[in-house]
Amino acid sequence: MKFLPYLYAMVFLLLTVILSIAVGAVSIPLADIWRVLTNRPPQVVTQAATIILALRLPRTALVLLTGAALGGSGAAYQGLFRNPLADPYLIGVASGAGLGAVLAMNAHWPYTFWGLLAVPGAAFLGALLTVLLVYSLARIGKTVPTTNLILAGVAFSSFATALTSFLMLRSTGELRQAIAWLLGGSTQAGWGPVLTILPYLAIGMGILLLSGHALNLLQFGDDQAQQLGLPVMRTRALILLAASLATAAAVSFSGIIGFIGLIVPHVMRLWFGADYRRLVPLSLLGGAAALLLSDVLARVVIAPQELPLGIVTALFGVPFFLWVLRRSKNQGYW
Amino acid sequence: MLKIENLTVFYGARRVLQDVSLEVQSGQVLALIGPNGAGKSTLVRAVSGVIPAQAGKVQVDGANLLALPAMQRARYLAVVPQAVAMPPAFSAWETVLLGRTPYLNFLGQISEKDEQIARLALQRVDALDLAERRVGELSGGEQQRVLLARALAQSTPILLLDEPTVHLDLQHQVNLMETVCSLAHSDHLAVLVALHDLNLAAIYADRVALLVAGEVKAAGTAREVLTPELISAAYHLPVRVVAHPFADAPWVLPDSN
Repeated sequence: MKFLPYLYAMVFLLLTVILSIAVGAVSIPLADIWRVLTNRPPQVVTQAATIILALRLPRTALVLLTGAALGGSGAAYQGLFRNPLADPYLIGVASGAGLGAVLAMNAHWPYTFWGLLAVPGAAFLGALLTVLLVYSLARIGKTVPTTNLILAGVAFSSFATALTSFLMLRSTGELRQAIAWLLGGSTQAGWGPVLTILPYLAIGMGILLLSGHALNLLQFGDDQAQQLGLPVMRTRALILLAASLATAAAVSFSGIIGFIGLIVPHVMRLWFGADYRRLVPLSLLGGAAALLLSDVLARVVIAPQELPLGIVTALFGVPFFLWVLRRSKNQGYW
Repeated sequence: MLKIENLTVFYGARRVLQDVSLEVQSGQVLALIGPNGAGKSTLVRAVSGVIPAQAGKVQVDGANLLALPAMQRARYLAVVPQAVAMPPAFSAWETVLLGRTPYLNFLGQISEKDEQIARLALQRVDALDLAERRVGELSGGEQQRVLLARALAQSTPILLLDEPTVHLDLQHQVNLMETVCSLAHSDHLAVLVALHDLNLAAIYADRVALLVAGEVKAAGTAREVLTPELISAAYHLPVRVVAHPFADAPWVLPDSN
């Protein structure tokens, strides 16, 4: 009973992973997928093996990690700010990360491992500076009113987006790449991006997974959390850092993908309750599955062309969310 | 025993508490009274380490609580806040279990012993039947009992209550104060309760302290503190103090004529 939600989420995630490997410009039957995955290295390099190993698997891994990061950090932001509207985008973290990433792209890093590392690094720095800036702008004395935080976040977000657009217009060669990136679509193939963001995600998500109890305490307000034994300032900063790290890593290769960080935690909360010890891991799993499903849709809706991922998450995610919200509006879950 | 020594707190340049010294014996209830803005809530927040004190000590069993990390302080001292803005999604049971935080690892893993203590705490405040209900759906009186149970689950020798009766009707005010007093006496807790209602303080508290503009003006038995002179001066209102018609306590009445 206690592990049932995890089971559901895992099964759903597994299904979306299989879908993500099977579906695309070339559909691959399940039997072939099984053969390729269990038969490594393939005796005969078939077309299916090439597609799966070189294209589908790395893409699936990147989308899965990105979705997990967005879902998990979304849950953490909502818990930290005790606000159902908080998500990685609303308070400007993603826009800051985007600005950082575009700045790094503009700097013409060589296409090497360390060059690749610079983009998520810059995105993370952008995200972090945004958090600190928005946080200190919103602060009044020792409190940070949520409305202030959101106002400051939305304002700075617009500013960072404008600056990003400006930089993109000024840059010549990478304009197309940057636009595609900002709309949310992984433009780089191969395992490079996955390996690059893995350390950031591992640290960020690791901390988030451990912070469920602290987030539960924070729901009662800073005073009570402290009186119950939580070192509030330190914990808050750590969770904020971890969520920003995960967001930055997600944004750095996949661009700005809206609504996953907002919707997935809410759906998980509606279905499985508000206990953050469960909500954070479930949002990680659910975010991964939801984004994989969106990515599959992005590939098939106007095939052989692809939709940007960010458009799909909004197009399909929002109606789904509104439906879930409508169905359970009497529960007062938040 | 709780010993507050020369506690001084500033908000910016404004001094909110000035050299406050108070003692609460184990097994005793001390009522902290005073007009709005006298610093009652500030005292509770400073003693519980939520806001920094510029000077002074809070001693329990020889330890200075203000110098301890939050986790350790929470093993000495529990606070019952006012039941406002409770997160609606938690059940009463989950809420009370949070009282075990100072004894848990960073994952918040609950042991069977923690559950026993939480169950006992709910029983003590007569709220075991509320366990599965969501705190957001409970009435003010029920919420306040759950918060009291959470504080009891912290298993501390010291209990602070910040105007716990403010949003309660008469029946729940009386119930809560009776529960708090019997807990203090039976479990040998040192209880400091900030109270608005002078007559509740007179009836239930073992000792009373009068806080005015951040300073302790008087401390002692209800009879010693609830005098017409002290109360009139503190509240800028002529009052009369008569003998309570049936309780062994003074009774403060505004002298509106």
